[in-house]
Amino acid sequence: MSKLLSPNAGPASLLRRILQQGRYETVTMLRNGEQLILAIVLPLMALVGLAVTPLLDGLGASRVDIATPGILALCAMSTAFTGQGIATGFDRRYGVLRFLSTTPLGRGGLIAGKILAVLAVLFLQVVIVGSVAGMLGWHPRLDGWLPGMCVLVLGAAAFTALGLLVAGTVRPEATLAITNLLWILLGALGGIVVPAERLPPLTQDIVHFLPSGALGLALRDSFLSGAAPLSAVLTLLLWTVLAGAAAIRWFKWN
Amino acid sequence: MRSPESPVLTIDGLIKDVGPLASLDGKMLRVVSGLSLVAERGQVTALLGANGAGKTTTLECAQGVQKRTGGSISLLGADPDSAGAELRSRVGVMLQDGGLPPSARPIPLLRHVAGMYQRPMDVDALVDRLGISQFSKTSVRRLSGGQKQRLALAAALVGNPEILFLDEPSAGLDPQSRQMVFDLIAELRDAGMGIVLTTHLMDDAERLADYVYIIDGGHNVAEGTVAELLQHDHSADTGVTDRTLYFDAVAGLDFSTVLRAGLEVAESRPGSYSLKGVLTPTDLATLMASLAERNIMPASLRLEARSLEDVFLDISGRDLR
Repeated sequence: MSKLLSPNAGPASLLRRILQQGRYETVTMLRNGEQLILAIVLPLMALVGLAVTPLLDGLGASRVDIATPGILALCAMSTAFTGQGIATGFDRRYGVLRFLSTTPLGRGGLIAGKILAVLAVLFLQVVIVGSVAGMLGWHPRLDGWLPGMCVLVLGAAAFTALGLLVAGTVRPEATLAITNLLWILLGALGGIVVPAERLPPLTQDIVHFLPSGALGLALRDSFLSGAAPLSAVLTLLLWTVLAGAAAIRWFKWN
Repeated sequence: MRSPESPVLTIDGLIKDVGPLASLDGKMLRVVSGLSLVAERGQVTALLGANGAGKTTTLECAQGVQKRTGGSISLLGADPDSAGAELRSRVGVMLQDGGLPPSARPIPLLRHVAGMYQRPMDVDALVDRLGISQFSKTSVRRLSGGQKQRLALAAALVGNPEILFLDEPSAGLDPQSRQMVFDLIAELRDAGMGIVLTTHLMDDAERLADYVYIIDGGHNVAEGTVAELLQHDHSADTGVTDRTLYFDAVAGLDFSTVLRAGLEVAESRPGSYSLKGVLTPTDLATLMASLAERNIMPASLRLEARSLEDVFLDISGRDLR
């Protein structure tokens, strides 16, 4: 009898497998330098930029009160869409998804682990961005946190589904290009950090239908007035369902 | 040679179409067409065939990584297409390209995979056994082909599987790591694990396999133990093994007058001869006598039995590489 081999005792519990994968993916994300720049450094630079320039003046609330919810929305897009999309694209290229799907983790556990990692990194981003914003004079409504965190999680779900859809259907190099480009475009013009009323007239009508515009609006309303508009929540839900269904339909594991 | 216990894997009439492919005017390509095999516990079953014969696709269908088009597969008594965590925990898989994340370091990666199982192997012992400790600080991206291969084998083994799939296990291995990997495979086999591997290397099959399926054009064309396959003479069923005598001597010698019919001598390059056929001791004595008459001392002499490669060539009419 081999000294190494012992009788097979089955898989670890589902919860343990998912937590294990979530922790592993979180650590991998946090160890990635480019990922940290996208997730923490660029949002903080944007926050400080909006706090010291008059771009958001004349909208009724202080610059930092308007800017911070949008920056949190930007964080969700960084982590769930761009970061997670690129990581998944390359994991697919290197056969990592294929290998892990043969272990007890399986495909479902792999996705669940990714969602956990996105939420864990997002939590860190909220803590860091919230602290810096607090130092810059952010005064969120106390009753804005509950709706705010709910729509942030919903927004992360929508962007995770979109990120997986891109990562699962095109080459990783293309995923890299598409998710970075969209991050910049949606970040600047998608109504995420800059409210729709400050955007060019042409884009104003479109942004409410974009996941970026809906999430930015829902977060700003939550922290400024204590409730998220139903239309924005429904828009995010619709994106989540559509992108999720498309990802399930077209995601290629090999 | 086949054991009476229930097999770890039974494939019956497997069919797999891929596509539609632009290169085929949007038609599907049939990469596996009616392949059948049985793999037993405590045995190494090898799928031997040239690149593109359908070996990897067959393994991936058996693992549930790809959905089959037709036929039936029983993996540890279950259908791999509806495999749950319970079944996957009993199956170890080493993919051809490894499937390991490039930024990972070997030991944390193995511990992570080990965490998916109730009672995994001792990671330290496994790392020692496969010599992974020598490169434990290096990220996967910087490992050599052979090091990656050993790490992928460890990751496939860490859950104490009952069946182990190895896709081209010796690819990229230097002779020492190859010996290490082969010894471990033999040990696991002796401990009762069912091992299914693909290879396009005859030597692998001859050294490792208890049972060989020769795969060509998407289905199995011959099967048997290595000894059975070697004994099978397709030109005449005499039961006598084909042999080749290789020898080096001066160039331009003519043996046509001394050798009996049915044997042929070829001079592959000046001075390098090969004598092929169902050789008898008398044939060797005749050849040596002919050299002695001319007072020629051969520079080298090597007698080789018919190899699995010859069998493959006979059956499929093509080379393996």
